[in-house]
Amino acid sequence: MNPTSKKRVALYLAQYDTTAKVLHAAEKVRKAGYTKFDAHTPFPVHGMDGAMGLKDSPVGWIVFFSGLTGVSSALLMMWWMGGVDYPLVVGGKPGFTLPSSVPIMFELMVLLSAFGALFGMLGLNKLPRHHHPIFESETFRSASDDKFFISIESEDPKFDLAETKSVLESTHPTTLEVVEEPMDEEKDEASEEHHA
Amino acid sequence: MSYRPIKEIGEVYLTDEGMTFHEVSDTVCGVTERKAPRNWWIAFFIAASFTGVLGAAIGYLFWQGVGVWGNNAPVYWAWDITNFVWWIGIGHAGTLISAVLFIFRQKWRTAINRAAEAMTIFAVICALMFPGIHVGRVWFAYYMFPIPNQMALWPNFKSPLIWDLFAVSTYFTVSLLFWYSGLIPDFALMRDRAMGMTGRQGKIRRMVYGALALGWRGSNRHWQHYERMYLILAALSTPLVLSVHSVVSFDFATSVVPGWHTTIFPPYFVAGAIFSGFAMVMTLMIITRAVYGMKSIITIRHLELMNKIIMLTGSLVGYAYAMEFFIAAYSGNEYERYVFMNRAFGPYKWAYWTMITCNVVVPQVFWVKRMRTSIPVMFAVSILVNIGMWFERFVIIVTSLHRDFLPSSWGYYRPTLVDMGIYSGTLGFFFTCFLLFIRWVPMVAIAEVKGVLPQADPHDASVHEEEEESHGGHEPEPEAAE
Repeated sequence: MNPTSKKRVALYLAQYDTTAKVLHAAEKVRKAGYTKFDAHTPFPVHGMDGAMGLKDSPVGWIVFFSGLTGVSSALLMMWWMGGVDYPLVVGGKPGFTLPSSVPIMFELMVLLSAFGALFGMLGLNKLPRHHHPIFESETFRSASDDKFFISIESEDPKFDLAETKSVLESTHPTTLEVVEEPMDEEKDEASEEHHA
Repeated sequence: MSYRPIKEIGEVYLTDEGMTFHEVSDTVCGVTERKAPRNWWIAFFIAASFTGVLGAAIGYLFWQGVGVWGNNAPVYWAWDITNFVWWIGIGHAGTLISAVLFIFRQKWRTAINRAAEAMTIFAVICALMFPGIHVGRVWFAYYMFPIPNQMALWPNFKSPLIWDLFAVSTYFTVSLLFWYSGLIPDFALMRDRAMGMTGRQGKIRRMVYGALALGWRGSNRHWQHYERMYLILAALSTPLVLSVHSVVSFDFATSVVPGWHTTIFPPYFVAGAIFSGFAMVMTLMIITRAVYGMKSIITIRHLELMNKIIMLTGSLVGYAYAMEFFIAAYSGNEYERYVFMNRAFGPYKWAYWTMITCNVVVPQVFWVKRMRTSIPVMFAVSILVNIGMWFERFVIIVTSLHRDFLPSSWGYYRPTLVDMGIYSGTLGFFFTCFLLFIRWVPMVAIAEVKGVLPQADPHDASVHEEEEESHGGHEPEPEAAE
């Protein structure tokens, strides 16, 4: 990365030692009116969704419709192949019957639901994602290990270098830093190499 | 999420008391970051050699045809299907631990679920080989799938064998998705740890683990969807695992062969699957925790709980064995009666009584707490259970077939060297995969173990005290009303 390249402020990053502190901090940040903030924890912290004021996850709906697709496509497939296109007479039985179709309908329901769950989750989270400015911070490396973080993005309408700092300071973080990301045209490529 | 034991009823912590988050990361990730111990190389060499045996035996089978197996009239299904059912059954414990115990909030599962899920995947790969290679002309194996072929013919969807194909391939795919989704946060940890590493190794680790972590940054907005997805996958896997072994049992139960045509098969097969799978998890865990110093995470309590499940499921299959005899007697059907008397006292009685001893008698030692917590005892039992469960499938398949309705079509099945080569080869392949897994992938679900440590709970009393000391107690009590 070219050290002389221009940088822009991407976010504030505050670090905490315990789950209780990060939970209170998230609550305070939300009450201060921020919307583009996030908590980063090595494992899901109980009560954090409430503290951040998150709405219920819609993954269940994605799974519901994927499962419905699975059941109906299984039924349609077996009805058309076995009942319409080439009915096989085995033991004098009809080409297509509902009871004997149940196992495969169930299996395809599960299969498509599972795809819906994983890819729905990744889609909602906008993952896989090659780079995020938060990875510019070295202290952030412990976010997957044993430290807890609150980040407030500069895109937040309430973001203000001085005011946001004072809000975060009032939550007693162990460290508080401004994370900048390089601004040049090749910004993405340059930082990606560093953090792939 | 976190777990605080109720001391009054004898509960203890899930890991060694006082373990920190960082120690969990170090203990688990360290295994993949250090050089492999010499014993790993020895084990890997042996396992890889048997994988070679597998390749040679399968190659010979393809070249010559299934005549190189001992299968012949009237025993057309023998070791191939025995091994298939045995491997699938072993896989089921992984799903049971990761999905069913998750739904029932058995938090002790976090120490063993990752390795058990890996075991599931490798066992199901071994299982899937057998239906593929037993068809004879493997180049027509695609007839099994509903894809257009030159005869313009579709599979017979009324056949349990095609249900089985869908069940087992769905099971493999869902297990893989479940395993991988659980690994994403741990791959992120591996990536972040590799950031500080130098040299080529560090670079490769950053690239590989970075790609596998998909850019995971522990965001709570992500965790929210992630946790919901995990719950849904668990809720889907629970009926799936029951359906898979039920469908496997339909392969037998829907036929009109005495000894196979029984309604008890689906629950009995599922119980047997869990039984043998737990035994395999036990074998693997006892070895890995000793070799890799995981005793603080995989504690004796985890092993004891698994032993209780082994004892329960062992007794369930024992009940099923007895009930099969009762139904045969009660049915009044002479063929049914003959098959069961022949099973216990005929030419294959040695196999039957091996099965009874290993599956029903041996696990009863776990009624005694000293036996449940003794490593040598549980290791021996886990091996015996796996032998017994292999014999269970052998007994069901071969003894029911070897004496057909007419004495003119009676026979005695004997395996050939190729049979043995393929079976031992799948064992080699399984252990090769497992050894590679413990070498390169975090073998314990790190994020989940951290989540059940007492300090993970934001409302934990001891953490609050510290906080009040440092900040003069002006923090508001969070969600006291909840």
